[in-house]
Amino acid sequence: MNKLDLDQNLIRECRQKAATIADEIHGFIYRHTTVTVERTILRLLGVDGVDALGIPVPNVMVDDIRENGNLGLGVSLYLAGALKTTGLDLDSFVKEYVESGKSMAGYLLPSPKEADEILRPYYRKTFDIIQKNRRLREDQKTKLGVPKTQLYVIVATGNIYEDVVQAKAAATAGADIIAVIRSTGQSLLDYVPYGITTEGFGGTYATQANFRIMRKALDDIGEKTGRYIQLVNYASGLCMPEIAAMAAVERLDVLLNDSMYGIIFRDINMQRTFIDQYFSRLINAYAGITINTGEDNYLTTSDAVEEAHTVLASQFINEAFAIKAHLPEKLMGLGHAFEIDPMVENSFLMEVAQAEMAREIFPDAPLKYMPPTKHITGNIFRAYMQDTMFNMATVLTDQSIHLLGMMTEAIHTPFLADRFLAIDNAKLVQQAMKSAREEIEYKPGGFVVTRAKTVLANAHAFLGEVEKINLFRALEAGMFAGVKRPYDGGKGLNGVIEKQQGYFNVVADRMEAELNEN
Amino acid sequence: MKIRPYGDTMADGKVETSFTLPTTSDETGQEIARQFAKQMGFVDPNIVHAEEIGEGFSFFVIYGSVPYTVDTDKIKVEKIETPTMTREEIEDLIEKEVGRDVVFVGASTGTDAHTVGIDAIMNMKGFAGHYGLERYKHIRAHNLGSQVPNEEFVRQAKLLGADVLLVSQTVTQKDIHLKNLENLVEILEAENMRNDVILIAGGARITHELAKELGYDAGFGPKKYAEDVASYAITELIKRKNSKN
Repeated sequence: MNKLDLDQNLIRECRQKAATIADEIHGFIYRHTTVTVERTILRLLGVDGVDALGIPVPNVMVDDIRENGNLGLGVSLYLAGALKTTGLDLDSFVKEYVESGKSMAGYLLPSPKEADEILRPYYRKTFDIIQKNRRLREDQKTKLGVPKTQLYVIVATGNIYEDVVQAKAAATAGADIIAVIRSTGQSLLDYVPYGITTEGFGGTYATQANFRIMRKALDDIGEKTGRYIQLVNYASGLCMPEIAAMAAVERLDVLLNDSMYGIIFRDINMQRTFIDQYFSRLINAYAGITINTGEDNYLTTSDAVEEAHTVLASQFINEAFAIKAHLPEKLMGLGHAFEIDPMVENSFLMEVAQAEMAREIFPDAPLKYMPPTKHITGNIFRAYMQDTMFNMATVLTDQSIHLLGMMTEAIHTPFLADRFLAIDNAKLVQQAMKSAREEIEYKPGGFVVTRAKTVLANAHAFLGEVEKINLFRALEAGMFAGVKRPYDGGKGLNGVIEKQQGYFNVVADRMEAELNEN
Repeated sequence: MKIRPYGDTMADGKVETSFTLPTTSDETGQEIARQFAKQMGFVDPNIVHAEEIGEGFSFFVIYGSVPYTVDTDKIKVEKIETPTMTREEIEDLIEKEVGRDVVFVGASTGTDAHTVGIDAIMNMKGFAGHYGLERYKHIRAHNLGSQVPNEEFVRQAKLLGADVLLVSQTVTQKDIHLKNLENLVEILEAENMRNDVILIAGGARITHELAKELGYDAGFGPKKYAEDVASYAITELIKRKNSKN
């Protein structure tokens, strides 16, 4: 499909540049670990629960090793050493560890090979669950079918049980994908809250227990409606890989998982984010979880007409990082958005150009298309009209993950009826414009084609600039969304640890090996 | 003067509403919706649309008329009285009356992750054709971004020598934004800084009246731009300067 007559050579060069950019960062990534990476290893080995103060045990252990041992060697060796010396199984050791308060840094460390043998039954158990989940998801999707454009809505009540009611209603009305928005500020917590939660602000805490409740609810409603309803959460912020690990175990299907979003929009340190995103994406690749990237955010901060090329450039970079983490294109839900001021002349054509361009450059990616938010005024009738235009652009350009706009955007988190009306709108447009895409060709040299070509050329030039100075410097210079982030600034830097000689990550090594086999 | 809503005849009192009830959409459900609308004050409510929307809920659209009136003469609202000047006028005013650069420090504070509001006022490009404060001569605008804790915001304000503090809050659930706004005032008072700065709140659901109640000098809601904020702040700054002399 090349409706826009895009220069394939230019696209190839963009990919090469993005690969070079990601390669350079990966040199850094491989030399480092972080506290959340290490906590994730513990979680995937089956360490869970909280201590008497309510602190998650993975946090307690990692902090303990950091203080009393050498976290630069990785928790894998410490845990294996502790199990070997005490002769306890993992659950008994965790129980005793929490009760006794005795450091786990004092045990003799085994070799990586021996550690792998000691820990194998534990990670194997988790890996088997993850693979079973993966197969179940794939079987269900094959059996029940996945619509070409999947309708995605959010729930955000703060109370997981209330979320369930709204999610089920949305699924009944026709939603294919349900995202549970996280409580405001969770992305900045350097731990994952524990247990079932019924209070949150602007969203519901992402916890493993909450994941389980919503998964079950969506399976129930899926069975009732004869569809597979997908569940989304957010592997972003300071606990990217931990959320990915929990999501893999609880069979979430989609995770927001951008390589740079946290840096630019949450002021999370860039070193930390790059290390964390890699491990989280490795887990997603292993679990068959679709990632969604956050390019839409550029356009809420910057101008959607002038900065369109940064969205495309970021998509290339996200793709390059995803490839590094073994994610196939069919799991890369690259993001973009319908955010041009609707009063701009031909704004709709520019939106179509951008969306069609993304479709053609990333033909197998389940593109995530975000609705208008920035130019929604509070006039719900106007918002409903803008959302209709957005829905038309979605159908015309064959987007995959269609995040529905809400008429009450900028007023409150969606009411039950808001979500219903949004689904109704999207379905009506899908029905009325079913074959529109096949019928439409773009005029050679016309507005849409010219616009797409310009954006591609600008993205190409932009990637060249980033390649020249490297991605760390580009982020420092504020090249993305006009936001400048210092290399040593932001949140979470103190959780970055240089790997020491002999470092071992039992989980990542095994996942890498298995993914390389396939 | 007493007024009521206008549909297509003066004072016909016509209004529409919509709501969702945990019931069916059939005759029974519609009667429940009608009863409900009556309790809301609708005279002869007309259920123009009823539809089941899943999990035992139904959505209703209702038209009707209301008998109530409001006496416009009895309404008092606190509004910002400062007239809005153009960017050039503001720049001239600073040059003549203040005689130095004025420092604005802004952020979306607390856990609030939305930057649209503060960016619209502060960033060079502004919003909908209204340039942001960064573009103004004699204004030094520092936009600290989102999720800035109040303590950090105050620390930065002190460091940068802020004349004007702009706090953006997008409404979240359970009024967390109000607590956060109040908390900032408390910190400023504890630091003895409250009277040294012009404190302004902004956001889609912020009104001047609400901001005053919370202990702010002013509040700006939707459809207010950099020139509205700057006109107020600079006028107020000059007023305070003159009253000190």
